[in-house]
Amino acid sequence: MVRADFDRSLEELEAELVGLGEMVEKAIIKSMDALERRDLAVAYEVVAEDDLIDAKRFELEEKCIDLIATQQPLAIDLRTLLAVLHIAVELERMGDYAEGIGKICMIIGDDEPVETPKQLGQMAQMGVSMLRRSMKSLKDRDTALANEVWDSDDEVDALYANVCHQIFVEMGQDPKTIEAATHFLWAAHDLERIADRATNIAERVIFVVTGRIGRYKPPDVPKVVE
Amino acid sequence: MLDQDFILQTRGLSVYYDSKIAVTDVNLNVARNRITSIIGPSGCGKSTLLRCFNRMNDLIPSARVEGQVLFDGLDLYGPDVDPTEIRYEIGMVFQRPNPFPKSIYDNVAFGPRINGFKGDMDEVVERSLVRAALWDEVKDRLKASALSLSGGQQQRLCIARALAVEPRVILMDEPCSALDPFATLAIEELMRELSEDYSIIIVTHNMQQAARVSHYTAFLMLEETRVGFLVEFGESRKIFTNPEDERTEAYITGRFG
Amino acid sequence: MAVIPRTEFQRRRNRRKWLGRAFHGMCLLSVAIALGMLAVLLIYLLIQGATGINWSFLTSFASRHPDQAGIKAAILGSIYVVLVAGVVSFTLGVATALYLEEYAARSRFAKIAKINIANLAGVPSIVYGILGLQIFVHNLHLGKSVLAGGFTLALLVLPIVIVAAGEAVRAVPPSFREGSYALGATRWQVIWHIVFPLAFPGILTGVILAVSRAIGETAPLIAMGALTFVPFSPDSPLSRFTVLPIQIFNWTSRPQEGFQEAAAAGIIVLLVILLIMNAGAVILRNHFQNKWEG
Repeated sequence: MVRADFDRSLEELEAELVGLGEMVEKAIIKSMDALERRDLAVAYEVVAEDDLIDAKRFELEEKCIDLIATQQPLAIDLRTLLAVLHIAVELERMGDYAEGIGKICMIIGDDEPVETPKQLGQMAQMGVSMLRRSMKSLKDRDTALANEVWDSDDEVDALYANVCHQIFVEMGQDPKTIEAATHFLWAAHDLERIADRATNIAERVIFVVTGRIGRYKPPDVPKVVE
Repeated sequence: MLDQDFILQTRGLSVYYDSKIAVTDVNLNVARNRITSIIGPSGCGKSTLLRCFNRMNDLIPSARVEGQVLFDGLDLYGPDVDPTEIRYEIGMVFQRPNPFPKSIYDNVAFGPRINGFKGDMDEVVERSLVRAALWDEVKDRLKASALSLSGGQQQRLCIARALAVEPRVILMDEPCSALDPFATLAIEELMRELSEDYSIIIVTHNMQQAARVSHYTAFLMLEETRVGFLVEFGESRKIFTNPEDERTEAYITGRFG
Repeated sequence: MAVIPRTEFQRRRNRRKWLGRAFHGMCLLSVAIALGMLAVLLIYLLIQGATGINWSFLTSFASRHPDQAGIKAAILGSIYVVLVAGVVSFTLGVATALYLEEYAARSRFAKIAKINIANLAGVPSIVYGILGLQIFVHNLHLGKSVLAGGFTLALLVLPIVIVAAGEAVRAVPPSFREGSYALGATRWQVIWHIVFPLAFPGILTGVILAVSRAIGETAPLIAMGALTFVPFSPDSPLSRFTVLPIQIFNWTSRPQEGFQEAAAAGIIVLLVILLIMNAGAVILRNHFQNKWEG
């Protein structure tokens, strides 16, 4: 097998990307757990650990750039490296949303009487599931699974609309909750963005496999072969 | 694309050396005023295919060509076609720069002279050297030996020499394989400029070069049972980001065989 | 970690060094022998013949009296014969070489022809003399003339010229041929504008070497019937003649001491002419070769 060394580098890079995905997944779960249980210590941990995610993202980015510069990848290799580069950024942003939720948790504090809306937990679960499935679709080069992730985003959007509506209603009923409710709105927004980013990852998987960017269909190019 | 957008078309083109086949049933359409590159592993018949376009294979006694090569609709291998007429229309630049051991001026003037040019030779020489981006470097020493030039300059001189007979197509057989990276980039830049007025076909081992310079790329391959067949042909940007055939992908990502 | 232990290598450096020096010494000795023999020959000739060379020796005709004998007729004869031989062998040889290398290249016929030509170079020169006598002197009625002698020598050296010219033609890089074909040149244009000019220095060298051999030939001309005693200058292509080697041979076979001296003087003249021709060849070749080299 020629280019065995390059192949190994690509494999390692992908494994590290999967590792980053797992770190982000944990951060989301922990941040939601902290918000639900009002556990400031856990929230603090999430915020602190985001630095590790950021560092990992830069590390991956650098490795991608090195490989592009030194190996001149083409075709599948080029698409894989570009996808890793892109997905690392997506994951890092997802980590930032988890950190955001951790910060919200710290701002709300542990003595707030208002309960965390249940749909937030549901949103977080769906986001985590989408993330998992998108990373699995990358590992397996599974476009069907990637398309499924794409479809799940609609459910999260619906849930988001639903939770927003409910928070507005509660705000109207009890003005004392307005401050906390605003924070929950932000958390809901962060969770919705997490799902969006998972969709972006799925989009990159489709790019790796088919060369098409997501569901974008390029205009037909005239064929030169008979 | 319509047929008249293609300057050269091959139809079922096969080439044999004695009984050994070197190019197998190639159907290729070469777009007018574009750069088409032919890539493929060593021994896949790319140079042989290229040499069908100006009938240079005629110089090898054992070579035999089947099928058609249409040059603006005219079959180059038709019964009444004179190969020297074709080579006057379809120029060629070779792997190693091969300027004649004559002056720079005489090198460029060689083609017009042997083709009976009666006009202003100085003008032809200047125009050809300007087109080949060499004029400024040699205008003060046109009488100097062509062999005193650097490798990259020699290759541009060979391009100027080919341009001097006003061809419509320029064939390039690994034109940069003997040049350093800077000379290579200069030739590539020149090719892009020339493609506005000429149709260029380039055979190259260097995939990065094919990717950088050409509009269309043809991938030729050999297998145990078949030699010199066309695997994939299409826009270069498509071939190099997302080829359709997995053999193309294996080759351009360096995982051939 | 080396796979093979270092002790397996018996490098015997002293033995290898000694062998190298011994071989170097042997080569040097060979050179010394060759040069030494040449020096002895030259010194012997100079001692014997130097006194014999003077203006009257160069400008007088042959004579029965050793002190009056001159070499004028032989010098002129040699020059004329060799000129004819050079022109004829150059023309025929180059044309043959171009045909065999450019037109008939790789054909079965060319292969067989080339082998035969190479063999002809080894045919004893007297055979060419007999051939010349029959064809040129008798069949073509040229008589035992300068022309017949020149043609005979041309035949003799033709194989050398063909082989040398063939090599010179083959040495023209194929890339130049391709380059000119690719510009629409015909085969004739490629040969005339590219192959011949580039092969010319090599061809010239071959012709001069061949002519140098011709100028020293005695046997074929004697066989053909050249004179040994010529008291006149050859004044037309059809006049009779003698050449330097024949004159020298004739003198050495005379008993008188004075003729031995004349023979030695004649050899010196012959050597000087050879030297001039070879020097001329080198100068001409360099002139054509250096013209376009970067």
